[in-house]
Amino acid sequence: MQFVAQTERMTAAPVAGRRRWSRDAVGVILIVAAGVAGYFLFPDSLALLTRIIAVALLVLSLDLIVGYCGVASLGQATLFGAGAYAAGIACVNGVTEPLTLIAIGAVAGAAAGLVMGAIMLRAHGLAQLVLSIAIVQLAHEAANKASAYTGGSDGLAGLFVGPLFGVFEFDLWGQTAYLFGLSLLVAVFIILKFVVSSPFGMLCRGIKEDPIRIRAMGAFVFPVLLKMFVISGAVAGTGGALAAISTQVVGLDSVSFELSANALVMLVLGGLGTLYGALIGTVIFMGFEHVVSAINPFHWMTMVGALLIAVVLAAPGGLSDLLDQISAGKKRNSGGRP
Amino acid sequence: MSDLFRVENLSKSFGGLAVSRNISLHMPAGERLALIGPNGAGKTTFVNLVTGQLKPSEGRVVLNGEDVTGLGAVRRVRKGLVRTFQVTRLFSEMTPEEHVTLTVLQREGRASRILGRFHGNSAIADEVADLLGALGLTEVARRRVREIAYGQQRLLEIAIALALRPKVLLLDEPAAGVPSSETPRIEQALERLPPSLAVLMIEHDMDLVFRFARRVVVLAAGEIIFEGLPSEVAANDKVREAYLGNYAHARNVA
Repeated sequence: MQFVAQTERMTAAPVAGRRRWSRDAVGVILIVAAGVAGYFLFPDSLALLTRIIAVALLVLSLDLIVGYCGVASLGQATLFGAGAYAAGIACVNGVTEPLTLIAIGAVAGAAAGLVMGAIMLRAHGLAQLVLSIAIVQLAHEAANKASAYTGGSDGLAGLFVGPLFGVFEFDLWGQTAYLFGLSLLVAVFIILKFVVSSPFGMLCRGIKEDPIRIRAMGAFVFPVLLKMFVISGAVAGTGGALAAISTQVVGLDSVSFELSANALVMLVLGGLGTLYGALIGTVIFMGFEHVVSAINPFHWMTMVGALLIAVVLAAPGGLSDLLDQISAGKKRNSGGRP
Repeated sequence: MSDLFRVENLSKSFGGLAVSRNISLHMPAGERLALIGPNGAGKTTFVNLVTGQLKPSEGRVVLNGEDVTGLGAVRRVRKGLVRTFQVTRLFSEMTPEEHVTLTVLQREGRASRILGRFHGNSAIADEVADLLGALGLTEVARRRVREIAYGQQRLLEIAIALALRPKVLLLDEPAAGVPSSETPRIEQALERLPPSLAVLMIEHDMDLVFRFARRVVVLAAGEIIFEGLPSEVAANDKVREAYLGNYAHARNVA
């Protein structure tokens, strides 16, 4: 630079970066610990816990585009469903190796993300949100109509998944499925932590706050967002494939507006743009749903609504933000995060 | 022609309303040009036309002999035509260091990489540190932007622009909104801009204009009504009239 430094230079060591790094290491250990604890504490509910992990992948994928890019979507289950059906159809047609099925789900989700992003990113704001709803409804209807491949409203059943690494059978109690899902979640989480702290992740955050500033920095916005849609699709597709493998059935609900909307609720509950929030929100929402619906099967949704209102009013940044503030030992700042 | 940057007969109208009329400008390398004019004269519209945020109805924008009129805002930035904003546009949760690092990464074509750490490159870290140091932002380099003073935010706008290694820099009121105690630092930053850079500054503060500019262009109602030395501008009848039309008591300003 022809611009000469006259003041003293900063030390180049990225201290802040290293601190963040060790924080994330602790975070990952906590996730593993919570997962293992779940395995031993609820040995009879492993199917539910595996379902929670699959949905957590969906909510993580949603956090990538809502929390990091500022693109609101009420159609994220499109990508989840694409992964679920792709893995399911492949399985019915003789592909039984679980990791291959997960890869097929991820690729299908990424492809769906590419298409969905290309459509949604044409619009902005409310129109964009409406487009996302239209897309998930169309996908739902397509899955319903193509019953020769998807089983339609009866669902796609008869998935016989081979043993993991040729050794671990998917047992009746769901132990293999759960531990497989947990490992998958941890692996995806670590990869995503790298993605969001990369230059690309920083660029996305910039786009979320001010795309005009990003353009004035000489960066195109559309290809960056589209790339995030593809990554998001791969993550959601992984979740869908995990759901298909663990339950051995793919239903129309996996590509529904309801699942999409629930995913957004879970994300808001947990907190946007941290990845941790996505996990916390999913566990709290689905755990709460499970417990309350057992106590009162008719009014459980009312209770979930009340919980959501309480959280939004008490902690606008979501539960993860609340935990952050408690652990930092400081008072809640009145403004909250914008 | 030796001009680094030329604007030829630039016009813009919204419906029947002409907001820019037949504006022509030329700037050699190293130019220090101030664009002044009463409120609503079309100064920011002009910047938007030049940088590609708006499409002109007529006319051309030529950078380094190349017609860039058909290019969008991003491509013009990549060719070296860079602006700052009248109201700062910064990322409130990011630090100045992160802003400038992101900008340098973008300039190097590495900003959309998924592999690689954001702070991983020491050459880039050095460049960022130098740039922030040169603008006196070292102390706040790792504070969030929403926590630093507005004057420092304006300096950061300039740092971001310089990180792009521009050929032509358009400063849209670089001292607007800055308390007078902090304006000397802005002025100092403007004085230290790279000598070869062509700078066009929009500014209301006439003291700053007189100290900074070698040439002044006055815009009124979307038209250039004066072009010349700073010392001549106050004596010009048309300029007086333009300002008087808006401010009845501005006799001693213009």
